[in-house]
Amino acid sequence: MFDFLEDYDLLGAFWTTVQLAALSAVGSLIWGTMLAAMRVGPVPLMRGFGTAYVNIVRNIPLTVIILFTSLGLNQTLSVSLGADDVETINFRLAVLGLIFYTSSFVCEALRSGINTVPVGQAEAARAIGLSFRQVLGLVVLPQAFRSSVVPLANVLIALIKNTTVAAAIGVAEAAVLMKEMIENEAQLLLIAAIIAFGFVVLTLPTGLILGWVGKKVAVKR
Amino acid sequence: MSSVLYDAQGPRAKRRNAVLTVVFVAAAAALLWWVFGTLKDKGQLEWALWEPFFSGSEAWSTYIWPGLLNTLKAAALAVIIAMPLGAVLGIARLSDHVWVRIPAAVVVEFFRSIPVLVLMIFGLALFAEYTNVSSDDRPLYAVVTGLVLYNASVLAEIVRAGILALPKGQAEAAQAIGLRKGQLMRLILLPQAVTAMLPAIVSQLVVIVKDTALGGAVLTYSELLSAANTMSGYYGANIIASFTVVAVIFIALNFALTSFASWLERRLRQAKKSTGAVVGANDAQIAGTTGTGAGGI
Repeated sequence: MFDFLEDYDLLGAFWTTVQLAALSAVGSLIWGTMLAAMRVGPVPLMRGFGTAYVNIVRNIPLTVIILFTSLGLNQTLSVSLGADDVETINFRLAVLGLIFYTSSFVCEALRSGINTVPVGQAEAARAIGLSFRQVLGLVVLPQAFRSSVVPLANVLIALIKNTTVAAAIGVAEAAVLMKEMIENEAQLLLIAAIIAFGFVVLTLPTGLILGWVGKKVAVKR
Repeated sequence: MSSVLYDAQGPRAKRRNAVLTVVFVAAAAALLWWVFGTLKDKGQLEWALWEPFFSGSEAWSTYIWPGLLNTLKAAALAVIIAMPLGAVLGIARLSDHVWVRIPAAVVVEFFRSIPVLVLMIFGLALFAEYTNVSSDDRPLYAVVTGLVLYNASVLAEIVRAGILALPKGQAEAAQAIGLRKGQLMRLILLPQAVTAMLPAIVSQLVVIVKDTALGGAVLTYSELLSAANTMSGYYGANIIASFTVVAVIFIALNFALTSFASWLERRLRQAKKSTGAVVGANDAQIAGTTGTGAGGI
């Protein structure tokens, strides 16, 4: 009953899912941290930009963003992100869209981490004459990151699931393969079970491991 | 302007901030310049492409309102079905009986770890194969099925968090005056938990509204996003204009919901009559012990 699987590149599709998730995770961690720094920083204009970005971006459906990268950026404005073939272009566009969207949630997760750092820590750091960059970089962010592990893990899990949205612009990941298999084979429940299993394998350990890490590294107060 | 992270600004800090502001504005202006330049080169700023949305109501009455209505319809159906289902699952997870608790936990954790889109695609095929739902209705059914399966498990976690957030004394006092388990849940815990979890439920609505767009992009359900697509075909490839209008509608709708949720949360936290138990917008995702789901996204 598993014979038909030989016709499909199941591992390849999930590998694309993993690649999408990994690249977007790194990108949105960097951009999200910058946004969080802007949101707590001393420059009013950057604070305003950070707040506006987060409030606008997280209220747009990811599907709208991803579809826009393809129809708007690529087809209308000819942005190709340095790739030549359609497949690579769509993959990169999907990563761009995922980073754009996910970084607003990373920013909020980090900000919730910053809020767990006791006020006295920052006050003490300021009292010994550290600048904003030093207060944030040496005292607050290291502790904030440690208590942000669990919220960040939640963002990562959501990101892994959100990679399926790339199906909207035809990136050959797990959801596209699922659709294709359902169209060609008469084994609906089995196909659904296999795809579901793949996602459970990706998300459940991520949650468990990072949850454990989060408990381990969180600053005990 | 000052915060705990930095001191009140002296002359040097003020100068530095001014420099940073100028650099930031310059970078933003350069980016905007490039965006507008490209838009102009591609002819996307022509008034003809934007005009349909500002003069006359045709674009609104033919495309946008019906699309928005379908978005709201799918979201409302999903909430109405998912809410009782989630309540049952959430209470089942708190049951004293292992044979109720464990299956409920498995169901909740399973559906939370699977993408909504996968559930929707599954629903579409399921209705096509095993039911005689007409092919016109199938996308709506599939979208609602996917949303219900996923959000019932998220709502179950919210219900559980709401009940667990109540002070222990509530249950103890109820037991002390001799209420049975059913009465304790029905008369004492649930009514208080419902108020406590209102903010979390409202912010889950945002997730549901956003996820309906998947139905438009992948399942041919004619909601707001797919309206943008057909619209841009009709009005001469005004992709940028159509998407901007649709995005603005989504932002306005969801921003209203988000603001309402945080207003509700603030109000409930200040309320004198309550027990002080509130499940906020961000608490729902923390509630899951294994942390497999992300309630807020």
